[in-house]
Amino acid sequence: MALSIVHRATGIALYVGTLMLAWWLIAAASGPAAYAHVQAFTGSIIGRLIMFGYTWALMHHMLSGIRHFVWDLGYGFKANEREALTWGALIGGIALTVLIWIIAYAIGGGR
Amino acid sequence: MSTADTPKRSMRTPLGRVRNLGAAHSGTSDFWRQRLTAVAMVLLMIPVVVVIMMLLGRNQAYAKQILGSLPIAIIMVLFIIASAWHMKIGMQVVIEDYVHNEKLKLASIMLNNFFSIAVALASIYAILQLSAGV
Repeated sequence: MALSIVHRATGIALYVGTLMLAWWLIAAASGPAAYAHVQAFTGSIIGRLIMFGYTWALMHHMLSGIRHFVWDLGYGFKANEREALTWGALIGGIALTVLIWIIAYAIGGGR
Repeated sequence: MSTADTPKRSMRTPLGRVRNLGAAHSGTSDFWRQRLTAVAMVLLMIPVVVVIMMLLGRNQAYAKQILGSLPIAIIMVLFIIASAWHMKIGMQVVIEDYVHNEKLKLASIMLNNFFSIAVALASIYAILQLSAGV
């Protein structure tokens, strides 16, 4: 499996997405009107889809990065180990994303 | 290379030879910082996710109160520094891999630095303003 390109692609998506993080923080510092604009966006269907994609990109990139750490430390180079690490990052990234969104909806999505 | 080509045996260790070398003339420092910032973000991930969860659907006054509180402001600033540094290095690697025109490459690396620093400074400034207002 070749997931290294996915690691890069998620990294680039996260890079661009920091604009949203900055926008959110600046809006919070600016006042209620600016903050309401951000919430109107993040509350919309398209906004939620982007945030869901961003959550997945972040979780996948983190787990895929931990996979690289394992390799940096000199472990996990056997074919079956590489496969296990890659599938672990792929499945773990999706699982964490779904878990985060279930919790998010449970505690705050209805607000 | 045969031994005949190397009359003088170098006393430098392999690490000593690679230090301060490479395409960026900065040796392995970016490699190290990429991992340093990655570990920092893994450690900060749970607190940052919890903070964002706390603010879901809440209004600006509550966001200001939470983001402006000292421990949370520090966590957010640390996360922003680590992520901006990490993404600057990561994007530079991507640029160096895919952009082969030298001038375009240098311009892209420059823009990458500007973007990363601007995003980090804007975010940190916003958090400091939120903290000062509480």
